Amino acid sequence: MKVTIDNREIEVKDGSTILDAAESIGIKIPTLCHMHMHDLNYDNKPGACRICVVEVEGRRNLAPACKTDCTPGMVIHTHTPRVLNARRTVMELILSNHPNECLTCSKNGYCDLQSIAHDLGIRKISYAGEMSHFKLDASPAIVRNMDKCIACRRCEEACNEIQHVGALSAINRGFNAVVGTAFNKDISGSNCTYCGQCVAICPTGALSENSHIDDVLDALADPKKTVIVQTAPAVRVALGQDFGFKPGSNVTGKMVTALRQLGFDKVFDTDFSADLTIMEEGTELLGRIKAAMSGDKDVKLPLMTSCCPAWVNYMEQHHSDLLPHLSTARSPQQMFGSIAKSYWAEKMGIDRRDLVVVSVMPCVAKKYECKRPEFYVNGDPDVNISITTRELARLIRYANIDFPALAESEFDHPLGESTGASVIFGTTGGVIEAAVRTAYELFTGEALPRINFEELRGFNGVRIATIYFHETPIRIGIAHGLANAQKLIEMVRKGDCNLHAIEVMSCPGGCIGGGGQPYHRGNIEVVKSRQEAIYAADREKTIRKSHENPDIIKLYDEYLGKPCSEKAEHLLHTHYYKK
Amino acid sequence: MALPIIASFQDLEKVQKKCAADFALRELSDRPQGISAEEIKELTKEGYEQYVLCCGGTGCHASQSAEIIKRFEDAINENGLEKKIKVIRTGCFGFCEQGPIVQIRPDNTFYVHVTPDDVKEIVTEHLIGGNKVKRLLYVLPATGEHMPDSKHMPFYKQQVRIALRNCGSIDPENINEYIARKGYAALAKVLTMKPEDVIQTIIDAGLRGRGGGGFPTGQKWKITREVQATKKYVVCNADEGDPGAFMDRSILEGDPHSIIEAMAINGYCTGADHGLIYIRAEYPLAIHRLEVAIAQARECHLLGKNIFGTDFSFDIELRYGAGAFVCGEETALIRSMEGKRGEPYVKPPFPSVRGYKDAPTNVNNVETFANICPIILNGSKWFSSIGTEKSHGTKVFALAGKVNNVGLIEVPMGTTLRQVIFDIGGGIKGGKKFKAVQTGGPSGGCLTEKHLDTPIDYDNLIAAGSMMGSGGMIVMDEDNCMVSVAKFYLDFTVEESCGKCSPCRIGNKRLYEILDKITKGEGTMEDIDNLENLARVIKDTALCGLGQTSPNPVLSTIDNFRDEYIAHVKDHRCPAHQCRALTQYIIDPTKCKGCTACARKCPVSAIKGEVKVPHVIDPQVCIRCGNCKNSCKFGAITIQ
Repeated sequence: MKVTIDNREIEVKDGSTILDAAESIGIKIPTLCHMHMHDLNYDNKPGACRICVVEVEGRRNLAPACKTDCTPGMVIHTHTPRVLNARRTVMELILSNHPNECLTCSKNGYCDLQSIAHDLGIRKISYAGEMSHFKLDASPAIVRNMDKCIACRRCEEACNEIQHVGALSAINRGFNAVVGTAFNKDISGSNCTYCGQCVAICPTGALSENSHIDDVLDALADPKKTVIVQTAPAVRVALGQDFGFKPGSNVTGKMVTALRQLGFDKVFDTDFSADLTIMEEGTELLGRIKAAMSGDKDVKLPLMTSCCPAWVNYMEQHHSDLLPHLSTARSPQQMFGSIAKSYWAEKMGIDRRDLVVVSVMPCVAKKYECKRPEFYVNGDPDVNISITTRELARLIRYANIDFPALAESEFDHPLGESTGASVIFGTTGGVIEAAVRTAYELFTGEALPRINFEELRGFNGVRIATIYFHETPIRIGIAHGLANAQKLIEMVRKGDCNLHAIEVMSCPGGCIGGGGQPYHRGNIEVVKSRQEAIYAADREKTIRKSHENPDIIKLYDEYLGKPCSEKAEHLLHTHYYKK
Repeated sequence: MALPIIASFQDLEKVQKKCAADFALRELSDRPQGISAEEIKELTKEGYEQYVLCCGGTGCHASQSAEIIKRFEDAINENGLEKKIKVIRTGCFGFCEQGPIVQIRPDNTFYVHVTPDDVKEIVTEHLIGGNKVKRLLYVLPATGEHMPDSKHMPFYKQQVRIALRNCGSIDPENINEYIARKGYAALAKVLTMKPEDVIQTIIDAGLRGRGGGGFPTGQKWKITREVQATKKYVVCNADEGDPGAFMDRSILEGDPHSIIEAMAINGYCTGADHGLIYIRAEYPLAIHRLEVAIAQARECHLLGKNIFGTDFSFDIELRYGAGAFVCGEETALIRSMEGKRGEPYVKPPFPSVRGYKDAPTNVNNVETFANICPIILNGSKWFSSIGTEKSHGTKVFALAGKVNNVGLIEVPMGTTLRQVIFDIGGGIKGGKKFKAVQTGGPSGGCLTEKHLDTPIDYDNLIAAGSMMGSGGMIVMDEDNCMVSVAKFYLDFTVEESCGKCSPCRIGNKRLYEILDKITKGEGTMEDIDNLENLARVIKDTALCGLGQTSPNPVLSTIDNFRDEYIAHVKDHRCPAHQCRALTQYIIDPTKCKGCTACARKCPVSAIKGEVKVPHVIDPQVCIRCGNCKNSCKFGAITIQ
C-alpha cells in the first residue's frame, strides 16, 4: 500500500506501523518505551510513553507511531508544530517526575531519556510538581531506583514474556504507578532470578547492576593481597563496544593488557575453567547415559547444564522437583575460584585469605552466585568480587587507560590456557557443542570426524538436534531465554522428549546478550555480531577440544586425579536447594 | 416459587398470557391485547385486589425501605389481608429525592418520604378504608397542590421510559413479572429471524452506545458477527463509575432480565454462546438481583442449552470489578476480566475483532442492552422516530447536585437542558441562580446558561465542549467555584488513572497541582496558559478515553468562566466564596449586637468580643467553616 510521510509518498508492506514506514525512508521518530527485537520475539510496544506521536490527517488525536498500523493512503506528518509541542510537553512531564541528577547517574551517557531530551531540546520544565519517591531496593546483583522509572514497562515485558519469571509487574495506579514486585517486596525477597535482562533494556538509570568497582579498587590497592582476575568468554567480544569499537570486535589482547595495567597480579581466563567444566559435566553426562543404556531406570536424564546462575535460580524457585536433572558441576566462574584458591594458591604458596579472585562477567547473576554459601570455604569466598563487562569498561576509564591504543598481550599461565571449546561457552549452543566435542571422543574412543556442529548453533529460541556417537543417537535440547527453557521443561515433564542433555542460557543469545554487557539498545544485530566473533575465535584456536587443553591435563595429573574423582567432586561440584 | 419450564415458543406464549393477566390486575392501563376482561378474571381467580409497590433501589433501601416492606407485610397479615393485598419490592422509581417511595396499585397512589411509622396508617386508612393519606402525597412545590398519582407529576410527565420501562413497576426478583411485561418475547422473536436481519433492525433503529462513546451499536454487532472465529463473547459493561451516576445500577437492580435477554439476543446475532457481565463489586444489590435473575432464567430454560428448543445456546457469568474507574474503558475491562492488571491497550484491534482471551468480543453498556428488546418488539421505525436526527431514542440521566428533584430520569434525545433541569428537575435548590451543569461525568465539561436551550444529543454536547458520557448530570449554582469544580474532577481522574501512559499519569497530576495553586491564590497568568496547553496536549496524546477526556472539565471551565480564573489569580478572590484561602468572614460592627452566638458556635475560637460589644474574627485562626454566618440573627457576618 501507499502512504505519505512528511510529503513523501512511499510503498509499505501490510502490517507496517507508522514507525516502520518512517524508518524505511530514514525518518527517525523518537521512541522511549518501544523496543522490538524480532529474532527474540521481544516486542514491547505498550504505546505508553507517547513520545512517538505523529499527526495523521483525518484523525482526531495524535497517533503513537510505534503502535499504529499504516492504512492505504494514510497521510502522516512527523514534525508539525502540533506534534513537536505535544512531544516536548510529554517529555517535560516525564522529566518533571524524574530526578535531575544526570551527572551522577549510573546511566549517564547511556540513557535513552537523556538523549531524547537532548534531541528535543528541552531547556526548562514548565510543569514542575510533586515527584515520586520509592524505597531504594539494592540486592547483591540488581539495584532498583524506581524514582527514575518512566513506566516504559520494558523490564516487565522482559521479565514476563522473555524470561517467564514474573517477578516484575506494574503496581499502584495513577501518579504512583510503577513497576514492582509482588506485594512490593525487595527484589531479593521476590522470585527474581537476577538474570539482569531488565537491567539490559532499562532506558534510564532505574535498574542497574550493584556496582562492585570500589571493592576491586580497594583490593588492588591493598599490598597484602594477591589479586587475580578471570574473564568470561563473552566479555572479550563485547567490551570494545564501550570504547568505540564496532559491535562484535574481539578485543581479548587489549583487555588482557588493560587488566594488567589496572594492577592485577595475574590475568587469567574463565575459558580455562570452562574447559574444566566440560571435563566434569561431560563425564557426568556420559556416566548417566551409560547407566541408562545399561538399564538403570532411576538415572536422571536429560542432564541439564548448570553454568548459568540465573537458570539455576529459576530451577530452584520454579521447578525444584527437577533439580536432580541439573548437572552438579559448578559453573566456570566458581570452578575457577575453587581451583585458584586451592591448586594454584598451594602451588604459589599463597594463603587463600590473601588471595582475591575477581571475575569479569557478562552477567549480573554471577554477583549473586559468588555470594552463595556453598562457594565459601571457612568463611572465605572462592570468588571474592564479580563485576560486569560494563563495570570493567568503567574501571579502565578510571585508570586513565587509552583502551584503543593498547598493545595486545596474552593471558597468564596456567589458568589462562584455553581451547576453542571454551570460547564458545559465551553463546547459546556453545556449552553443549563443547561438551559434545569431548563426550564424543571419550564415548567412542575415536577422534571427531568434524569439529563444528552447525546443528547446535543458531538463534532459534528452542533447538533440538540428534548427534550420533557412532550408532548411538544422542538427543540434545537447547534453549536461550527462560521462557524458551520453560518449553523444554514442559517436554521433560511430559516424559516424551527422549532428550539426553539440555543446555539453557537465561539470556537471549546466551552470555553474549547477558545483563552485564554493554547495552545493545534493542539492536539484535549487536548480539549476533558477538556470536560471530565467538565462532571466529574458536576457529582461530589450534586446540579446540577441552580434553586436549594441556594445562587441564596437567591439573588432573598433578591434583585432581580424574574427572569426577573424590577431590574433583569436592572442589568442582555443588548441590541445589528448593527455594 | 416454582418456575415454569419454557422449552418452546408456545410455552412462552402460554406463560406470558397467565403472567400478563396477573399483572393486568395492578396495571389496568396496560391490559394485554387479546385478553378479555373475563379471561383475566378466569386466569386470575385467585389474584390480588391491591398491590403495594415499595422501592427496593439502593437509595430507598438505605432509607429503611426493607423495614417498610416488613411492616406492610406484618400489618396486612394482622388484618388477614394476605390473599387480597400483595407487597412487592420493586427497583428504583427514579424520584430518589422523595424516597422512600411507596406506590399503591391499581389506583396509582404515589406516597413519598414514607417512614416505617407511616405504614400502619396507609394500611388502615388507604388499603382498608379506601382513603388516601393526604400528608404522604407528593406536593407540587409551585402550587402546594397534593398530587394523587404519579402520572401527572412534572417529574414523570416529560419522561419517556424505554430503558427504565420496568424499573419501579416489577419485582426484579420474579421472572414472571418480567415475562408479564413481554419479557423474553424479543428473544423468541429473533430466534425465528436471520441474525443479519436482527442486526439490520438495530442499525436501522440508530441506537448508539449509551456508555458514552456513542458508537453505532448495530455496526458493532455487525463487525463482531463478521469476524471468523470459533469462540466469541458478549460482554456487558456494568462498571459504572462516574461520580454521582447510578443509571446502570438502577437498571440492573430494577430490571435485570432485560439485560440478560438482550445479551442472549446479541449472542445469537454475533455467534457467541458465552456472556459475561463485568460489574463492580460495590454494587452488591445489583449483583444479587443478577444472580437471582440468571438462576431463574436458567431454571426456566431461558439460559443454557437449546433455548426455546432451538440450536441456540447461551449462558452468562458474572465478573466482579474491584472498583477502578478505568476498567469501564472496554480494553481495560477485558484485561481485568482476563485476570490481568486493568489497563487499556491501544486500539485497533478493537474488542469486536480481538478482545477477551483474544476472541472477538462484543462489549455493550447496560443501558445500551436495555434498549434492545423494545427495538426488537416495536421495530426500528418506532425507535428512530424518538429523538433527534442523529441521536435516536432516549437517554437516562442521573440528575444530581443543586437541583430540587434529584433522581434518575429518562428523556427523549433532543430534550433541552432547561427542560431537564427546570421542568423535570424542578429548578435550583433554595431558589438560587443556575450557574452550570456538568454532563458526561469527569470526562465531560461544564455547560452554562447559554447552553440551556441546546437539545441534548451526542453531537450537540460535543460541539458545546462537553459530552454525553454515561449520563451523569450534576447541576451547580452560584455558590460553586468553577476552578474548584475542575479541581474536584481532576482529583478524581488523578486517583483513577491507571498510570500507563505518561500524559495521563503525570499530566493530570500537574493539572491538579496548578488548579490547587490557583484555588489557594498562588496562581499566575502563566499558569492559566500552561493549564490550557497541558490540557490540550493530554487530550491529544493520552492512550485511552480516560486521558483523552480528563482535561475536559479544565478546558470547559476556562472557556466559560475565564474571568473566574482571572479573579483567583489577579484579585486573589474567589467569586463564589468557595475557596477557603481566598475568602474571609467579616463582622459588620454596625450590625453586630454582641450577642456572642457566633463566638459560641466557632469551633476554633476565632471570634473574640465582649457581650453587647461588636465581635471580631481573627482571619489567621478562622477555618472558614461558615458556622458563624449561619448562626448570626442580624445578618452582620458577610463573606468577602
